Amino acid sequence: MSVIIILLIASISVAALFLAAFIWSVKSGQFDDDYSPASRILFDDKPSSTTKTT
Amino acid sequence: MQVEKFYYDNKIVKAFGFATIVFGIVGMLAGLWAAIQIYYPEISLNFAPTTFGRLRPLHTNAIIFAFVGNATFAGVYYSLQRLCKARMYSDKLSWIHFWGWQAIIATAAITLLLGKTTGKEYAELEWPIDIAITLVWVVFGINMFGTILKRREKHLYVAIWFYIATWVTVALLHIVNSIEIPVSFMKSYSWYAGVQDALVQWWYGHNAVAFFLTTPVLGLMYYFLPKAANRPVYSYRLSIIHFWALIFIYIWAGPHHLLYTALPDWAQSLGVVFSIMLIAPSWGGMLNGLFTLRGAWDKVREDPVLKFMVVAITCYGMATFEGPMLSLKSVNAISHFTDWTIAHVHIGGLGWNGFMAFAILYYLIPKMWSTNLYSRKLATNHFWLGTIGIIIYAVPMYWAGFEQSLSWKAFTPEGQLKFTFLQTVINIKPLYILRSIGGFLYLVGAFFMVYNLYKTIRRGKFVPDEAAEAAPLVKVAAKKREYWHRIIERRPLTMLVLSLIVVAIGGLIELIPTFLVKSNIPTIASVHPYTPLELQGRDIYIREGCYTCHSQMVRPFRDEVKRYGEYSKAGEFVYDHPFQWGSKRTGPDLAREGGKQTDAWHYTHMYDPRLMSPGSLMPRYIWLLDDALDTASTPAKIRAMQTMGVPYPEGYDKIANVELMHQADSIAANLKKDKIETSSNKEIVALIAYLQRMGRDIKAEPKQAITENR
Repeated sequence: MSVIIILLIASISVAALFLAAFIWSVKSGQFDDDYSPASRILFDDKPSSTTKTT
Repeated sequence: MQVEKFYYDNKIVKAFGFATIVFGIVGMLAGLWAAIQIYYPEISLNFAPTTFGRLRPLHTNAIIFAFVGNATFAGVYYSLQRLCKARMYSDKLSWIHFWGWQAIIATAAITLLLGKTTGKEYAELEWPIDIAITLVWVVFGINMFGTILKRREKHLYVAIWFYIATWVTVALLHIVNSIEIPVSFMKSYSWYAGVQDALVQWWYGHNAVAFFLTTPVLGLMYYFLPKAANRPVYSYRLSIIHFWALIFIYIWAGPHHLLYTALPDWAQSLGVVFSIMLIAPSWGGMLNGLFTLRGAWDKVREDPVLKFMVVAITCYGMATFEGPMLSLKSVNAISHFTDWTIAHVHIGGLGWNGFMAFAILYYLIPKMWSTNLYSRKLATNHFWLGTIGIIIYAVPMYWAGFEQSLSWKAFTPEGQLKFTFLQTVINIKPLYILRSIGGFLYLVGAFFMVYNLYKTIRRGKFVPDEAAEAAPLVKVAAKKREYWHRIIERRPLTMLVLSLIVVAIGGLIELIPTFLVKSNIPTIASVHPYTPLELQGRDIYIREGCYTCHSQMVRPFRDEVKRYGEYSKAGEFVYDHPFQWGSKRTGPDLAREGGKQTDAWHYTHMYDPRLMSPGSLMPRYIWLLDDALDTASTPAKIRAMQTMGVPYPEGYDKIANVELMHQADSIAANLKKDKIETSSNKEIVALIAYLQRMGRDIKAEPKQAITENR
């Protein structure tokens, strides 16, 4: 069952990577605002003046 | 702040979208064909590439990696650009990714039909393709992270988190599970053996479902559902919480695929505990999706995109509740190896993945061609055909699973097994027919979509580069620090990703021999390596995909021990590169097959299974009787096994073929006694040798002491 060591190393390193990402994201304020990001995606960024499509 | 003008790349989205449609149809056709074979074996055409054992891996790989994979890429390339307010990092990388992925799919389709397979479910592709997948995945990663770094929107929307988690985890899973030793071009052996191989495989298999079929699609849900409903997601906070909970818990649940097998008990229990915990984050996602539509259900009545999404999310909820329930040991004792599993995965596959893919296509294509959908009515009909198809598929399969499992476990008052295996199969044949009707309806629906989208495209005008504008990101960091910060943030991050992969590969290559070779010392003294002929026969067994219908794992239940023989022990599989435990019993378990039937029985059975067991659903393997065994590969195979610690004597590779012919001659002579004339160099002889060997090692000496050295 020694292969479990490899799987543990693999799984824990992914978990550690995600933990680091989580800590970074909290510290850099990614989750400070939990209201506007959800609404922001609904707006398109079409140029105000000229649009290629029209 | 100056507003920057830029263009979103729609061409790459279009390409991935078209690939999704094409491979979706191909994958579903392969599935339908395989489903019909189960009750009408003649439709295999008695032709090797179209038998169930080769068609089924083609179906699963096409649906997972070609259909859902391409749908994911289309959705990611569309949404990532818009969420980051930036064009993809590099158009060149986008196209390398696209053509690389399609080339992999094409090669996979050809090699799988030719029987080039590693014999590990959902990871059947041989080593050169595995390497290509790794490279293309790295290209995708660089492109994605590059886009994230050059984004014009500081906040990373939750969908992007799901994409990142997908990329990182799939890369790791693929590398760890694909460690194999090449024997020749397109033939390799898994480095791990037996129980260890099973554990790695299902760690991979489970997490492939998690990180290839679930997290990317959840990410897509978080973008496309709010967009289609034109309202923000129900709770953004919940989306963040359930994301982190999901990815931290998912990766530990793999062992629930191996309950009651020879895997150590504690590992099984660990898998169960994490599986139960998974209900919370999974349902968090489902509820968040459905609640997004609160107060907007009138839109669902009108809009086919939302219709598909609602059913998809509901199916996701059902599948993620059922999954933890199936991982309870008492439920698993009934469900495992039956069609219940098939029903479960198709709720996820047809419902969650398929319907999400359809919804995204119905949303994207009118948008990118700046027109409206050709026919809402036709799309609604597609929706109903698909939904009814799913029900007609799943309900009979649940029924079949229950009925067959209970029949397997039924005893007469005298204590004998009530049904033979074949009787339990014939009993559920009508349900197999119903299932294929469900699949057929689903496929017809997909054709409706093709027509509808074709008409939509015809009346619209494609916008290859969509204009957009946004202000660039302002660096909030102190100006002094910006110098090194910017440099490290741009290129070195891609460097970091690359080096991480290199380190992971290097580390694993170093680690694996130390951990594994030592543990390949047999734990049961009477278990010996396969003879050269048996090894060749085993490779034929793998090539024909026998594991797609036959398990090699007798679980410690009264009925299984009675039906098949002594339950399987971990020590019996130490030379099995790869393991062949299987996950479904469409045919009986073969772990103790050796010695149960005569050589002549096997010979005739392979020629036509229905001659030996009338009513059997197994395809015929006529070519095995005609094709000559490729003995040129024997020495290389023996050497590969020796490298992995299988104790063949030194220099055995040189005399292996002599021993092989010796054993083959004795089997041919044995067949001759039963009036079957065959030359001893045929493939069937090798396969018979392997079948007759299976499970006999511990039969020979039943009182053998088991020395576990953990």
